[in-house]
Amino acid sequence: MTDGRAVSRSKISIGDMALELFMILTAVITLYPFVYIISMSISEPGAVLAQEVWLLPRGFSLGSYNMVFENREIWTSYGNTIWYTLVGTTINVAFTLMGAYALSRKEFFARNGIMIYIAITMFFNGGLIPTFLLVNSLGMYNSRWAMVIPGAISAWNLIIARTYFQTSLPDSLPESARLDGATDIGIFLKIVLPLSAPIVAVLTIFYAVGHWNAWFNAMLYLSDSTLHPLQLFLRKILLMNSPDFLQGMEDAFERVAYAIQLKYASIVVAALPIICIYPFVQKYFVKGVMLGAIKE
Amino acid sequence: MNNRSLEHSWKRLMKNVRKDKYLLLLVSPVLLYYFIFHYVPMYGAIIAFMDFSPGQTILSSQWVGFRWFQEFFRSVFFRRLISNTVILSGLSLIFSFPVPIVFALMLNEMRRKTLKRVVQTVSYLPHFISLVVMVGILSNFLSPTDGIVNQILVRMGKEPIDFMGDSAWFRPLYIGSGIWQSFGWNSIIYMAALTSIDPHLYEAARIDGCSRLQEIRHITIPGLMPTAVMLLILALGNLMNVGFEKIILMYSPATYDVADVISSYVYRRGILGAQYSFGAAVGLFNSVINFALLISVNKISRHLTQIGLW
Repeated sequence: MTDGRAVSRSKISIGDMALELFMILTAVITLYPFVYIISMSISEPGAVLAQEVWLLPRGFSLGSYNMVFENREIWTSYGNTIWYTLVGTTINVAFTLMGAYALSRKEFFARNGIMIYIAITMFFNGGLIPTFLLVNSLGMYNSRWAMVIPGAISAWNLIIARTYFQTSLPDSLPESARLDGATDIGIFLKIVLPLSAPIVAVLTIFYAVGHWNAWFNAMLYLSDSTLHPLQLFLRKILLMNSPDFLQGMEDAFERVAYAIQLKYASIVVAALPIICIYPFVQKYFVKGVMLGAIKE
Repeated sequence: MNNRSLEHSWKRLMKNVRKDKYLLLLVSPVLLYYFIFHYVPMYGAIIAFMDFSPGQTILSSQWVGFRWFQEFFRSVFFRRLISNTVILSGLSLIFSFPVPIVFALMLNEMRRKTLKRVVQTVSYLPHFISLVVMVGILSNFLSPTDGIVNQILVRMGKEPIDFMGDSAWFRPLYIGSGIWQSFGWNSIIYMAALTSIDPHLYEAARIDGCSRLQEIRHITIPGLMPTAVMLLILALGNLMNVGFEKIILMYSPATYDVADVISSYVYRRGILGAQYSFGAAVGLFNSVINFALLISVNKISRHLTQIGLW
């Protein structure tokens, strides 16, 4: 990517500085909620109650985290989310890659027909109720599979992967391998997959973040709370003010402070894995969007 | 003759199937998945014309024609749902759509590349926060008792406001939080469009003595137009298609009068109220309108700008 503009006009003017200032301000505002949440979760309960925290932590206390980690429900839901993310992403990535590779092969006779078959579903769907009834009638109510099977393939990601195969694999590669007597499955596994690390990364990250953040299907299909994912548990704490967390706490003062801090600590615990891997995988996200933007 | 050509195409099909049998095998999970989870529900939508209740099958249900549609059109909620849906997504479009374009233009003008990259990275971050956490942050920051916003209001000598329970605040909060969460991410596609502008255009402009603002106006913005128009078509085509996930997390009976949209109503009546046929009818009505909207917007755009989705 060349940036032709910056070359000759190199003097930084007042306008440039104003722009930079504005952009820094935008970044700071975007980042502020994250900083505030972390500060609230690790401050001294007294400082939280006295409303002294507005940016950096006041004092230091991990009391709220202790409470979060002592709660069995959060561990169960954390484990569930990890299960949904691992199993779900594996299924997603495998099926998407297989389908996308087949659909990227120009000589595949059913290619256009299947692309239309998929594209139709992007503009038309049966709606919430028929899908809900179908998933129930397939016996997935209160089953872990309700969290991974109904969204097994995303048309958008399939198209991204197909674009990747079309633009970065030379046509001659599968053709010559076919002449050498390899089957298409052999070509896919032995030749194509080893060359596909970038697209596997893009798909894995897109799908995994989706699973990590998913809550609605759980609310639809899982009434058994031992199957609930983290996000549904968070909803209970953050938005429904579930008080059972604070049971056995004598001191009314601490109770109020912890009721507030607990929420912030749970946000941190839920979002931390994503925030931690984010800097390392960020470029793959961008790559995915760029691939999606390439028109045929 | 007819028979023979049928036989001929059957033979050709079989030959193709044999030739590509492994490719078919690779694509078969995709075929099966879309059939079961997308096409079967399309067929299932016919319960909108039936009196379907739990425990029955589609085949044993009674046909009732357009009864549920009529009930919906006559219901007191009809006008409210339609106007809430259109207003919420119309306002979202007006306020949210330009932000990533402006942001991309500004990023593009930044000279210091490291600073530019830092700003970009930070701006994508909110996109990865789940809706539950996003709405959780909103409701905690805005809590009338201990939220930071009301703390500031009180310190300024003002009365605390129950933002989340106040209908007047629902739309600004929904749209504002949406912008916070998506402006950076949505700018990526415009940044991609910017990299494909020919640098020679800028050189030529400079030789002709163009100012930077003139360059933006005559080169950069026209370079973004095709992408912007495409996204605008999609957005306009989805005008009646407001997602219910964020609304269900954000609203409460106190704000139903502005927050309840068609899809959240389908969820409440259809799933929570177990009125499956009625819910399916409202949902079907909504998707037919969406589809018609998308087709007409695409047609108008092709006519005006020669840009279209198909």
